[in-house]
Amino acid sequence: MDILSLFITVPVLTIVALLFAKSLRHARQVALVGSVIQLAMAINLVFAYFREKATNDAIMVFTKDIVWFESFNIHYSIGVDGISVALLVLTSMVVLAGVFISWRMEELPKEFFISLLVLSIGVYGFFISLDLFTMFVFFEIAVIPMYLLIGIWGSGPKEFAAMKLTLMLMGASAILLVGILGIYFNSNTGGGPLTFNILEIAQVSIPFEAQRLFFPLTFIGFAVIGALFPFHTWSPDGHSSAPTAVSMLHAGVLMKLGGYGVFRVAMYLMPEGAAEWSWFFIILAAFGVIYGAFAAIKQTDLKYINAYSSVSHLGLVLFALLMLNKTAWNGAILQSLSHGFMTALFFALIGMIYERTHTRDVRKLGGLLKVIPFISAVYVIAGLASLGLPGFSGFVAEMNIFVGAFEHDDRFYRIATIVSVSAIVVTAVYILRVVGIMLMGPIKNEQYLNLEKVTWFEKLGILLMLLPIIAIGVAPLWLSNMILESLQPFIQVFM
Amino acid sequence: MLLAIALFLLAAEVFVPKNKKESLIHLAILLFAVHTLLGFFFNETGELFGGMFRTTELIDLFKTILNIAVLLVLLQATDWIKDKVLRDNRGVEFFVLLFSSLLGMYFLVSAGDFLMMYLGIELSTLPVAALAAYEIAKRTSSEAGIKLIFSAALASGITLFGISMIYATNGSIFFNEISTSLEASNLTILGLVLMTAGLGFKISLVPFHFWTADVYEGSPISIASYLSVVSKGAAVFILLILLFSVFNPLMEIWRPMIYIIAVATMFLGNLFALRQQNMKRFLAFSSIAQAGFILLGIIAGTPTGMATVIYFVLIYIFSNLAAFGVVQAIDVKTGKERINDYEGLYRTNPKLSLVLMLALFSLAGIPPVAGFFGKFFLFTAAAGEGFYFLVFLGVVNVTISLYYYLLVVRAMFLRKSENAIPYFKSGSYIRIALVLCVLGILALGIYSPVYEYINELSLAF
Repeated sequence: MDILSLFITVPVLTIVALLFAKSLRHARQVALVGSVIQLAMAINLVFAYFREKATNDAIMVFTKDIVWFESFNIHYSIGVDGISVALLVLTSMVVLAGVFISWRMEELPKEFFISLLVLSIGVYGFFISLDLFTMFVFFEIAVIPMYLLIGIWGSGPKEFAAMKLTLMLMGASAILLVGILGIYFNSNTGGGPLTFNILEIAQVSIPFEAQRLFFPLTFIGFAVIGALFPFHTWSPDGHSSAPTAVSMLHAGVLMKLGGYGVFRVAMYLMPEGAAEWSWFFIILAAFGVIYGAFAAIKQTDLKYINAYSSVSHLGLVLFALLMLNKTAWNGAILQSLSHGFMTALFFALIGMIYERTHTRDVRKLGGLLKVIPFISAVYVIAGLASLGLPGFSGFVAEMNIFVGAFEHDDRFYRIATIVSVSAIVVTAVYILRVVGIMLMGPIKNEQYLNLEKVTWFEKLGILLMLLPIIAIGVAPLWLSNMILESLQPFIQVFM
Repeated sequence: MLLAIALFLLAAEVFVPKNKKESLIHLAILLFAVHTLLGFFFNETGELFGGMFRTTELIDLFKTILNIAVLLVLLQATDWIKDKVLRDNRGVEFFVLLFSSLLGMYFLVSAGDFLMMYLGIELSTLPVAALAAYEIAKRTSSEAGIKLIFSAALASGITLFGISMIYATNGSIFFNEISTSLEASNLTILGLVLMTAGLGFKISLVPFHFWTADVYEGSPISIASYLSVVSKGAAVFILLILLFSVFNPLMEIWRPMIYIIAVATMFLGNLFALRQQNMKRFLAFSSIAQAGFILLGIIAGTPTGMATVIYFVLIYIFSNLAAFGVVQAIDVKTGKERINDYEGLYRTNPKLSLVLMLALFSLAGIPPVAGFFGKFFLFTAAAGEGFYFLVFLGVVNVTISLYYYLLVVRAMFLRKSENAIPYFKSGSYIRIALVLCVLGILALGIYSPVYEYINELSLAF
């Protein structure tokens, strides 16, 4: 078994083990062991990647290719570069943190962990696929468990939110399907056979007419899950109704599928289409950045604040990708990672606050710093990271993005960049407002005086998210180098 | 090939004199299972009656697919037969009617000329009409029988009219001869249209779908499932043969026609399914919508299109029968068949709910279950011929259909109910059938040699 396929088989085996779990305790232990193994594999992969890269100069390493459906030239084809390695590590960490945070899940725990693992299979598979068909399969596998996860274990208008999220994401993947078929049937321009393989398609140039038609379909298909304005509306409803661990996984990992897919499939395979359409999507992305930030100001529900903040931050990822230069791309990947850890941390904290106070309404909370200092302190740190304070990952990412964006010197790009930059100020407003109202000030409710202490499992889960944020912020260079190296093939395509 | 049919007839004959109640079911199922298994290994190819009746490897495959479907239907029907049918001593007739209808399907797919095809249509439909009215005590059942026989009679009349026009222009009823001498005269086109309309009744394409929901709702569930998979499957197969070989020269003429029917069928089937409260009606409209997807493969008109259609029908048989099987298991034990009654089912009957969920996901086309692969390949076939807009409409419909499939999942998993259907144990035959269906749903997609085999045969066609 090769090192990458393990990312599929280990969760599958964990699921099988879970099926035989007899008790609640048992189910939790199995899920914990399974996700610890995943994390160990991801860390091992990083080291293996560096070792391999020292000798192997290929675009993708650890590649493996098995013919699946011969007549359509569909392969199970996998491989990783620096970008996907980083995202795999992110995924495994968020999954483990999610298991820690949902330790106390009591309703149908077995089913909960199984759905969570199915979701993680989808995400892992998506990041390692080099074949469009396989990638699409994993994409849909990642989306569908969300329906059950939100619908069964969620809160509030959960049935509505679950249905809306599933239909919008599956609708997007349906559009994506047309885009993928379009790419497939134009992949033989070089004279070779039709193929779904990303690396092979990148070698041929798809006719311009086809690129112009299928780029927007593919882009939108992926960008919906990356919360591109105006297709972001599933995200606030979905996140606020989902249980904590699911919000973490969804905002932290699943939404990254959008940016990754846009970059790896839509832009990499159809560069001319990207150049042709970039103005349109830059407008949408820039508007999403500022709109998400302003919408977050108006919200009073903590989860809604964070969900709109995600719309804003991920809008920035798409914006940076469309800047079509190395610095901005580097920033986009860093922002994906940074946002993944940050937002998962936020949702974990919100979940913990909600569990203790039974409300997520900012107006009803106050003075939490005095009663639950650990949670509150981490919330402040996460908030500062989110608004881009130097020393945290958010700063590194946004700095790269805006430096990259300012490399364009015509008026359109300048205006779009200035609009996006101004969102940082708005971000500061909504973060500091929440910190001020919720954490500082007088204690508004006497019941809050004796809130439950933070458990060790919760602390572990939190540290798992917090450490990378600081690590990337303080020492970004090794990660940057890994990403920059992997950006080479993209630069070749576009320059 | 003939051996198989002889055995089949023999099986039917054997039952007639016997009157022992329960053992009859076991015997019938056993014999039929043997027959199905033999169909896998002993295949002859050739022609009979001067080319009226022919078999190729592909046609053998059709028959095997139909056999599997009928076997599953029979297995699922056992509880119902024990409960309702045997009491009135009508078990033998049930099997004889069902098997003779299946024989009709054999004639239909093996037909080498229009006469044999017409014979097949009649023989396959008439027994089913009797079966639809099998629950004498229920008025809706009789209504279903009447409706089915009227619409079937009309359909076969129209088909016959179409055949006569084609005979009038070409002077032959043999498929081989017609395909070489076919010209696009007005009369031929009219014949083509009428014949497609007649088959459209059986596949329940819009606008020939009006009987479907009522008949499914009224007739016994095993007959509804028989109609929705076996009867539909056979009609799709013969439509494939006709359009791909006989009317191949007229492809530019039948493509727009199929295009419009496909769009109408997908949209109407899906939109009507949205509002259904009864599981049987719900599955009826869902099966109409599925037929619309099948047309996407037919319109491609290529061997790939043919392979994807056959593959999809095979998957559809397993998925749809899994869904019908669960509905039937619940109906026989509790008599409940409304979607609302399914609320909280997962907490009382987790296994049944999981089977139904897998089946619905397969029908909706969600990986990793087989339905996804079936649909993806259908879309690939259509897109390969440049029908991107049709594929787009198709994927829009996939999303619509996902909504109503999720409604059932919602009832089973998300809702809690005070008076959920209590835990019960189905008969062992039903459980075997459901296990087979689930295996099919899981394996057919991921295990690629199945598709490759079908593709090989289609290329040879």
